[in-house]
Amino acid sequence: MTYIAKPKFHHPGLKKNELGYTHRDYEGKISTLCAGCGHDSITASIIEACYELSIEPHRVAKISGIGCSSKTPDYFLGNSHGFNTVHGRMPSVLTGANLANRDLIYLGVSGDGDSASIGFGQFAHSIRRGVNMTYIVENNGVYGLTKGQFSATADRGSKSKKGVTNTDNAIDLVAIALQLGATFVARSFSGDKSQLVPLIAAAIGHKGASFIDVISPCIAFNNHAGSTKSFDYVREHNDAVNRLDVLVGRDEIAVDYAPGTVQVVEQHDGSTIALRKIDADYDPHDRLGAQTFLAKHAAQGQIVTGLLYVDPEADDLHAHLNTVDTPLNMLDADALCPGSAALDKFNASLR
Amino acid sequence: MKPTDISAPDYFHKVVDCQWACPAHTPVPEYIRLIAQGRYSDAYMINWKSNVFPGILGRTCDRPCEPACRRGRVEETPVAICRLKRVAADFKDDITQRLPRPAVKNGKRVALVGGGPASLTVARDLAPLGYHCTVFDSDPQAGGMMRSQIPKFRLPNAVIDEETGYILGLGVEFKGGHRIESMKALLAEKYDAIFVGSGAPRGRELGIPGRTEAAGNIHIGIDWLSSVSFGHTDRIGKRVIVLGGGNTAMDCCRTARRLGGEDVKVIVRSGFEEMKASPWEKDDAIHEDIPILNFLVPIAFLHDNGKLTGITFQKVKAEYDANGRRNLVPSGEPDQTFPCDDVLVAVGQENAFPWIERDCGIEFDKWNMPKVDPKTLVSTHPKVFFGGDAAFGPKNIIWAVAQGHDAALSIHRMLSGEDITARPLPEVHVSSQKMGIHEWSYDNDVSSDKRFKVPHRDKVVALKDIRTEVELGYDVKLALGEAERCLNCDVQTVFSTSLCIECDACVDICPMDCITFTLNGEETDLRQRLKAPSLHPDQDLYVSGDLKTGRVMVKDEDVCLHCGLCAERCPTGAWDMQKYLIEMTHAGSSCPTRSRSAA
Repeated sequence: MTYIAKPKFHHPGLKKNELGYTHRDYEGKISTLCAGCGHDSITASIIEACYELSIEPHRVAKISGIGCSSKTPDYFLGNSHGFNTVHGRMPSVLTGANLANRDLIYLGVSGDGDSASIGFGQFAHSIRRGVNMTYIVENNGVYGLTKGQFSATADRGSKSKKGVTNTDNAIDLVAIALQLGATFVARSFSGDKSQLVPLIAAAIGHKGASFIDVISPCIAFNNHAGSTKSFDYVREHNDAVNRLDVLVGRDEIAVDYAPGTVQVVEQHDGSTIALRKIDADYDPHDRLGAQTFLAKHAAQGQIVTGLLYVDPEADDLHAHLNTVDTPLNMLDADALCPGSAALDKFNASLR
Repeated sequence: MKPTDISAPDYFHKVVDCQWACPAHTPVPEYIRLIAQGRYSDAYMINWKSNVFPGILGRTCDRPCEPACRRGRVEETPVAICRLKRVAADFKDDITQRLPRPAVKNGKRVALVGGGPASLTVARDLAPLGYHCTVFDSDPQAGGMMRSQIPKFRLPNAVIDEETGYILGLGVEFKGGHRIESMKALLAEKYDAIFVGSGAPRGRELGIPGRTEAAGNIHIGIDWLSSVSFGHTDRIGKRVIVLGGGNTAMDCCRTARRLGGEDVKVIVRSGFEEMKASPWEKDDAIHEDIPILNFLVPIAFLHDNGKLTGITFQKVKAEYDANGRRNLVPSGEPDQTFPCDDVLVAVGQENAFPWIERDCGIEFDKWNMPKVDPKTLVSTHPKVFFGGDAAFGPKNIIWAVAQGHDAALSIHRMLSGEDITARPLPEVHVSSQKMGIHEWSYDNDVSSDKRFKVPHRDKVVALKDIRTEVELGYDVKLALGEAERCLNCDVQTVFSTSLCIECDACVDICPMDCITFTLNGEETDLRQRLKAPSLHPDQDLYVSGDLKTGRVMVKDEDVCLHCGLCAERCPTGAWDMQKYLIEMTHAGSSCPTRSRSAA
């Protein structure tokens, strides 16, 4: 870790967003993770995405569990709400917070241990319920805080830093999320911000359960030959199906793409995603196709990245439960307790 | 772009903006760090080696370093480099033991004409090598214009005595009150080399009507100042007008305020902003209740019975032609007359060489200036060198010092039988500052303090006595605060292409968004693709070799804070913070002779 605070000075030519903030205004404390950690790049990507979307920091709740990844909310959005839960319990705390106040933007930040081991069930249920959130897993395939044991997402056959081969099968969180009905599913790489930043921005704009699996090399314990989550391995085996640009507002759509190469996706919040296809046959609206594609490429040792599935018409848990538009925490006594006349009327309706 | 060649001494020298801008290339961050550590004598000696007069320059330098200071691009104001130099001089211990010893004479004799900063620098460099140096000056004491023209309330005699004394103590012969009247005669004395550092001793005249009739109340600025310095003049009329907008004019008006001038004005032809005086000197004058009136051109001295009564001015305005050249044209408003008792004319200085016979082998150009090689300072006579104001017209002390060093080097090489056009490379020391995983041997925590003001003496007290120094200098605490503002630009960010794994950690941590990983391209194209806009194209881009992904690392040196966070966050040590101490090679230092590219 670094002992000094990051200097307050910033580049005099930094651009400001609609709110008058520079990207520096979306930072948190200085990172205490190991030098070079992939998680720090994800932190920087979240900062960049929130800056570009001109999000007011006080409208964001960042919720995490335990682990290296779950420490990172301390390093971004220093003026947002935060909750550091017990290990693996981020999804239920996030679900509860979301039910209480549907107006906030929910960022769930977790790791492969937090989501694929101790919190696997929690992960599954929050996705299954369609909680309106952006669920980011910072996936490095090892337990970094306990010095580098294989995690549940480590690929079978990959080698630990000490040379031990992993004999267990890996959990592919993207495949699970697709199977459980997530309506925005993506995979990216901490070493490729040009892909990751727009994915995070698009996920924030998506209404429903958005899930992003970000491969994030652990410099200390999982960046060696034989690892399948090292910088070199991911760069060599990265099979990006598309790149995207997130366009806030409608008038900016006239970007010069070659005809037929761009798929436009309109989102609930009025933003637009322009998907530049790399794999011409890949259709991000086909859940079943995505699952097959993933399985096929995983068998070949390829890491498929990009926006893998999106349902622009998705809805969320609040829609399923038919809750009122006003956040529940804003309902006052009069609304919650409308009086005996209202109770009588209600009771009568049930007779 | 090609990968940056950081082994070229100039590359990292340019990153140390202050040192690059200093004519004598003083290692500024190095001495500021020593001040912060309380090592004032060490800080003084670094200055003494480069600029010879730390105590004098710490009060009077024109500070080319400060507009260049990176801090001025990061926040509003640069580090007070000049006044920190004074701190080193004020708080040092006795440093006489650290000075070079008078050397065994080598039998070669050098004559130095003029006892100002240029000549004294030459003597300082040559005397320890065994040269017999003889300095001639018409004034009884050494110092030249530093003693005669700079008012004592800015530069006390004690400081001049001390720092000229260090040089004369090296076994330099000083012949005061000895004006050289003939170059031919001097040449006939068979010196091995002659250095002319006689300054620009003649104040420019203002030939407008009334000049001769009212001559008794019209004084040439620099002559009047030296007459005040030597105690020949001790009073002036109550109403004084100073004509001219340079630093001499500022010295004149402030001196006049101390000799009985109650209503003192400075009146300039140009606009206030374009005045030649340093901004801080204008501030000091205004602080002493001296108004500065602009866009007024003097057209006549008014007089009555041989006594000056006032000056009439034409009002002008600035107009810019197609080439952006400024012309002052009459504004059409009626002329304005200001009554006054005395006027001080400070409209410029000129060189004067009536004592150099034009047939003695020294050629002059059409402006009556000697033809001098700007690098070697040699004239068309192989044994005669020029430096300071005498060489290229009025400039500042620090330029005279820099030229003195260069001339001394030339003289030493010539008298050692070496080619004087071959200039040695600067000495460069490189050392990593890494002490531990996150520890550096310099203070990398960037201070966010604003520039500290130098305490001034109370105005009422200061105006009473012309010999009372106005500026009190920083105390230890203020000096520490100001020293902490220095960004340590000499501790360089050094990048190793082969170690980089492109994890982006440096990009993410850099507070100034200096670092970009991108595909290579031409410089103008690369500057368009940086993470933060390139605001100063004169600031270099540091470009790595090709990385594994085919990209390159590009660092815009412009606003780097040298905080070392890139190196702290780098997992492989591809970034390292290394101190580049660059010292100019002076006469007599052992040095490589490969000629250097610039500066």
